Amino acid sequence: MTESTITAPPAAAERLRATRPQVRTRLGSSVVSLAVAVAVVGLTWWSLFAFRASFADGAPWPVTVAVVALAAAALAVPAAGVLAVRAALRARSLDRARQHAAARVAAARARDMHWYVLGFGLTALVVAFLTFLIGTNDGSVREVFFRWDITKKSFRGLAAAFWLNIKIFTATEVLVLVWALLVAVVRRIPGRAGAPIRFLAVAYVDVFRGLPAILVLTLVVFGFQLAKLPGLSLLAPEQQLFWLVVLALTLVYGAYVAEVYRAGMDSIHWSQSAAARSLGLSQGQTLRYVIIPQGVRRMVPPLLNDFIGLQKDTALASVVGTVEVFNKANLYKSQFFNLTAVAVAGLLFLIMTIPLARFTDWLIRRDQQRMQVG
Amino acid sequence: MTAVDRPDQPAPYVEFAGVHKHYGPNHVLRGIDLDIGHHEVVCFIGASGCGKSTLLRCVNALEEIQQGQIRVAGEAASGPGVDVDFLRRVVGIVFQGFNLFPHMTVLRNITLAPTKVLKLPEAEARVRAMTLLERIGLADKADEYPDRLSGGQQQRVAIARALAMEPEVMLLDEITSALDPALVGEVLAMVRELVEEGMTILMATHEMGFARDVANRICFMSEGNLAEVGTPDEIFHDPQDERLRNFLRRVTEARRM
Repeated sequence: MTESTITAPPAAAERLRATRPQVRTRLGSSVVSLAVAVAVVGLTWWSLFAFRASFADGAPWPVTVAVVALAAAALAVPAAGVLAVRAALRARSLDRARQHAAARVAAARARDMHWYVLGFGLTALVVAFLTFLIGTNDGSVREVFFRWDITKKSFRGLAAAFWLNIKIFTATEVLVLVWALLVAVVRRIPGRAGAPIRFLAVAYVDVFRGLPAILVLTLVVFGFQLAKLPGLSLLAPEQQLFWLVVLALTLVYGAYVAEVYRAGMDSIHWSQSAAARSLGLSQGQTLRYVIIPQGVRRMVPPLLNDFIGLQKDTALASVVGTVEVFNKANLYKSQFFNLTAVAVAGLLFLIMTIPLARFTDWLIRRDQQRMQVG
Repeated sequence: MTAVDRPDQPAPYVEFAGVHKHYGPNHVLRGIDLDIGHHEVVCFIGASGCGKSTLLRCVNALEEIQQGQIRVAGEAASGPGVDVDFLRRVVGIVFQGFNLFPHMTVLRNITLAPTKVLKLPEAEARVRAMTLLERIGLADKADEYPDRLSGGQQQRVAIARALAMEPEVMLLDEITSALDPALVGEVLAMVRELVEEGMTILMATHEMGFARDVANRICFMSEGNLAEVGTPDEIFHDPQDERLRNFLRRVTEARRM
């Protein structure tokens, strides 16, 4: 190869350099996204103000505040559109000035802004759709589910009833944790001698995972009361009902959680067990100090999942006559011929479960940071 | 610290007599006969899958054998009457993959077995662990979790964990195979110290140079058999078995010697 062919720029590159523009400035698509953004914000504003107008005798001030706040937030969509067009214009002028690297940076920013328009815009549309739905038919949808006066009248009663749900699931969760661990450990008993008890544990899990919770509740609560189970009469009648509900839910959720424990323990590599046994630890000590503590850390997310399920399923206790929150809400429903109380009951469940989920996430993250590198 | 200080005890030794082991249809140990004396260092070499790790795991009854007998310190280490508690107190093992407990600090990894198995008071176990950690220069890592340590450090902690039970025999199962080449040295230095203290050691390894330096005897295994047993001199300079000669040639070609 001669020297001239190395130093002379290849013909193809020269041709490319001559053709313009070198940078995709995204100007066209930026203008389109600005237009879409303006349309979206218009639609959102229209449905927000229609929602506010659906209040027959003037919207209460919190509604007005929320509507105005949402309307202001919706402005983020066209704002991103404007920034997109600006960045695209800058990209074009830089490109013409042959500052291609800077032009590409500006074009990339324009493209980022498209994504903002898309992300914020879709959110605004969902909000617009929901407010439209709630406010539609002159606010009758809203009236059926969310009436402030009924909320005020029913809240005390609902909160008192929900206290019973809290007691039910707290007692059940404690019992489930112990009971399920027992079942899971029994399933791991080795050898032929353990076979019958292992079989029992498997049968229990299969049966109680397979039965609908509502059916188990009915069988246990009504059945045990009808059969006058020995020892039951030692408890006061409402105490009987409470503990039978707890028993039924423990049986159902114990089966699920036993599987969670088992999966958690099985997920620990056998080499951990080999190391512990080699150090002279017994089978039981190996479980207690090495396998279970590591398994539990992996079990937390699925365990929490089951506990959220359990917390919700305390509402099933209504079928056996417990005056818990769902039962109470049904009473209000019939009284006011309106579903507000039921919606409020739903809100109470959410207040319990959502923070729990966040707390668990935090717990897991902290644990991982502690044990792992950086 | 080790068996050297206790001459009153019966000389522990490891004895294999006609040992056969099957994994389903796989015949992994095909009649092993070998006696290992007190304070002896025996290295097992051979290609991966030749049975050397399995042989070590049989010594502390992590694996069952189907035929033959293994005895450790005069007691049966195989068969139905084996006293696993005795066996695992006399025999320490270190694995290729360290197998430290990741949810416990380094200190706790070492004190767990002494407190739970030997029932030592917590304080005494702690002193014993710290002494070991100081000896290996890792006292400042006592409160760290194993995953924050380098591979070489983890393996040294694993050795210390085994030593905290004051074993008479150590089984070292390819303890440097999972390590960065740069970290192999620190672990082998620790093994060398054990050798100098008179520990009885059975070591499966690919580190030929190290085996040649420290071993009293070297066992070359091939397809579940002890193909050749001899002093390092005999094995490396006057190999008799054809398979051993092939193996050594391949090792030399790969510049692992």
